[in-house]
Amino acid sequence: MTRQQKRAQEPLFEGSEWTFEKLHATYAAIEDVALNDLGLEVYTNQIEIISSEQMLDAYSSIGMPLMYQHWSFGKHFLREENMYRKGFTGLAYEIVINSNPCISYNMEENTMALQALVMAHAAFGHNHFFRNNYLFRQWTDADGILEYLQFAKSYIAKCEERCGPAAVEEVLDAAHALMDHGVFRYRRPSRLSKREQVAREKERLRYEERNFQDIWRTVPTNGTGGAVEEKKADDDSENARKLNLPEENLLYFIEKNSPALETWQREILRIVRNIAQYFYPQKQTKVMNEGCATFVHHYIMNRLYDDGLLTEGAMLEILHSHSNVVFQPGFDDPRYSGINPYALGFAMMGDIKRICTEPTAEDRTWFPEIAGTGDWRGTLKNAWANYRDESFIQQYLSPHLIRKLRLFLCVDEAKQRHVEVASIHDERGYREVRTALARNYDLALIEPDVQVVAVDMGGDRCLHLQHTVHEGVHLSDKGRDGVIAHARRLWGYDVDLIGVDKDTGEKLYEAGTARPAAA
Amino acid sequence: MFHFIDRRQNPKDKSLGNRQRFMRRARARIKEVVEKSIKERKLSDIANGEEISIPTKGIDEPRFRHASSGGRRERVFTGNKEFRPGDKIEKPDGGGKGKGGKSGSDSGEGEDEFRFALTREEFLDLFFDDLELPDLVKTNLREVITYKMRRTGHTATGTPTNLNVMRTMCKSLGRRLALKRPGQGEIAALENEIAALDAKAAPSVEELSRLEALRESLKVLLRRRRWVPYIDPVDIRYNNYAPKPEPNTKAVMICLMDVSGSMGEREKDLAKRFFILLHLFLNRRYKRTDVVFIRHTHEAQEVDEDTFFYSQETGGTVVSTALVEMLKVIHDRYPTSEWNIYGAQASDGENHAGDTDKCIAMLSQEIMPLCQYYAYVEILDERETEIFRSMQNGAALWQAYQKVADAWSNFAMKRIAKPGDIYPVFRELFAKQSEKAAVRS
Repeated sequence: MTRQQKRAQEPLFEGSEWTFEKLHATYAAIEDVALNDLGLEVYTNQIEIISSEQMLDAYSSIGMPLMYQHWSFGKHFLREENMYRKGFTGLAYEIVINSNPCISYNMEENTMALQALVMAHAAFGHNHFFRNNYLFRQWTDADGILEYLQFAKSYIAKCEERCGPAAVEEVLDAAHALMDHGVFRYRRPSRLSKREQVAREKERLRYEERNFQDIWRTVPTNGTGGAVEEKKADDDSENARKLNLPEENLLYFIEKNSPALETWQREILRIVRNIAQYFYPQKQTKVMNEGCATFVHHYIMNRLYDDGLLTEGAMLEILHSHSNVVFQPGFDDPRYSGINPYALGFAMMGDIKRICTEPTAEDRTWFPEIAGTGDWRGTLKNAWANYRDESFIQQYLSPHLIRKLRLFLCVDEAKQRHVEVASIHDERGYREVRTALARNYDLALIEPDVQVVAVDMGGDRCLHLQHTVHEGVHLSDKGRDGVIAHARRLWGYDVDLIGVDKDTGEKLYEAGTARPAAA
Repeated sequence: MFHFIDRRQNPKDKSLGNRQRFMRRARARIKEVVEKSIKERKLSDIANGEEISIPTKGIDEPRFRHASSGGRRERVFTGNKEFRPGDKIEKPDGGGKGKGGKSGSDSGEGEDEFRFALTREEFLDLFFDDLELPDLVKTNLREVITYKMRRTGHTATGTPTNLNVMRTMCKSLGRRLALKRPGQGEIAALENEIAALDAKAAPSVEELSRLEALRESLKVLLRRRRWVPYIDPVDIRYNNYAPKPEPNTKAVMICLMDVSGSMGEREKDLAKRFFILLHLFLNRRYKRTDVVFIRHTHEAQEVDEDTFFYSQETGGTVVSTALVEMLKVIHDRYPTSEWNIYGAQASDGENHAGDTDKCIAMLSQEIMPLCQYYAYVEILDERETEIFRSMQNGAALWQAYQKVADAWSNFAMKRIAKPGDIYPVFRELFAKQSEKAAVRS
């Protein structure tokens, strides 16, 4: 369908009731705009209609269609259910899963207009982002995730059968505590299909069984105490090299090197680690992902309306939901709870379009490559493919938008009695505000930097962790000691953690299982 | 390419397993909270399940997180109005938490209570956890038990309504096969052949003799068919039913209460709470529970619930009248063959002098043999608790009932002085036998 043909067509639907026929017709119209106008590339869509109870279920298993069982999911379910039943929160209109085919769940309660909005948002916006963004392409395996989850679920169920739910729960609890530190941030993990996965697991087990020789344990080791002392210093560096220290992926390190774990426990750690890795790109692209989806639905819905495919009533309803989603209150508004990723993302994408098509002189100095090119589709697609939140903001947040959102930067020093306003939306402040906002979205700064630095495998086997303290921000005590206790459970020997200042290298605190928690 | 899939018919409660895991993990804490809440809240809305909040200890999920205060933080906010660079904003509590604290930890850290709603079932399960009905077996033995007809195999005799067609046809088929009853097809084939030969204008000699032989064998077949009927009386089978003893699944709870002047609002309220608890408990154990309310002053009458709890009466106190009324109700409406009978009596312990002996006699001779269980609760003034701490001391009725309690193990008596006592007392009454024994020893 070309642009000339479309005027004065029959609307796709009227009224709020949806039917599968209407969905089909609407989907086809949306797809036409998405693929032929915006030029999106998407995975095959699989759109599933679910009820609100099922939506609650999906919430509690972190949005995945399959998940192993664990009490913490039950806890989240109860929380969500409670909030929902009391009317504190509505349910999401949709959930979308980064998989191939791309599965999105639409709620049965949605009106037809909302279904159209949701399809454009999830089935094309998010879908395009999942398929094209470099983080997702490199770090997640959309083809294999469902298979892998199926494997994980049945593996853990099997473990529960064999070893009892309590034993499995203990491992999962501990693994979940370290989940945020169970990802490779810099090194790319290897990709495995499920079949290879199972084959490998079997191979590992076979190898260990074949090489288990109890008799070696009873053979006395030779070497006197003095010799051991001398060797120790050499051993340490040798050890560190062999174990590839320092290691940022705590779960990986424990899985590979823990002296205390059995094979199945290691496999469970692997599962938790792989799932954490799968979600890692999503954490880094909240603003972009939602911005992309919101921009796409906004554009498509407007196109459909311009083409006469949506009634005014439907469009009003869609705009109402849209403006709810991108609502951004000011800092002094009681509803303020940080910057809304939908609002920021959508505003930035819209701004890029504006810069491409109607640039001001200011835009031309700030964005000489894109200002006035007119190719906003190409520019946006390039941004969606090659950036994450931090770099995206750093690259594309324009002075125009900083002014529009009236962004300002506050510096809060614990020692000072005042919070200082460092920069605002003016000529001197643009760059600082932009850099600071980008850093607010840098996951490496949001999440504490904790790494394995040393372990004395020949001696007391104590696992030494190091927290590199940025800007004097410590860990919260309760969580810290809890996680260390969990880590000890997995490691089997003492675990200690030291906090070291990033700039001065000064030792700030110590914690661990060997000494009392309060120390 | 795209698909729509309608998942609405798929099973819900996919996370039921997770919910159960959570409940199991938090069970001890939830139970603590439930028991505490019972002491504080109105018993009448107990059965609706409720929202509880439990401490997160044991169900928290620790993570490495940045502390919400300390260090140097840079934050970007929206909606600046009048700030200029270099402006200083006073921190709300003079340090510690900065302005950033508002949007600080959104990780759920610092959340000490976890709130969620228990379903009615879950709530009552916890509520009556490890309580058991006392002495069921013993009373069943001496009772006339109800019978229910149950299927017990098949018989060769019976009424046509109980005919089991399937079984009958199986038998018939077996017999026909064994006795080689010629089938319809076999006879039809013979007849066809005969007809064909008959139709020939000039049959040969062989054909004629063949025809003869065929006719002969047809005759044999037809005769055999007559001898071996399609369905013979020996084939016929009937469903058989036999009476089977069934434990009673109905219970009646008879509440007796003294409503004379000495029972004030407070006493009645305590009694009511106890009765409601008992009712809920019985409701969970029996398919059907009836409640009978008998109030008494110097005379007794059966009343409805509202009158029982709320109307004021004046008069003396003669407990035996209530017992007489109770007996009458049992004899009229609740035969022990069908009903399990529970008695619950609440009183402030006063009785007309001279009536007490009559009460003892009635209880031991007539009422206790009929009852599954009889609980007597004496409501004390809070000031009196110290005096009556020992079981031995007590008003006339208490002392008298002590004798009944010694004689009948399914007679229990307790004292209640404040709402907080009710649940512990109730638990004591119905604690599992083993636990009870342990407590006693």
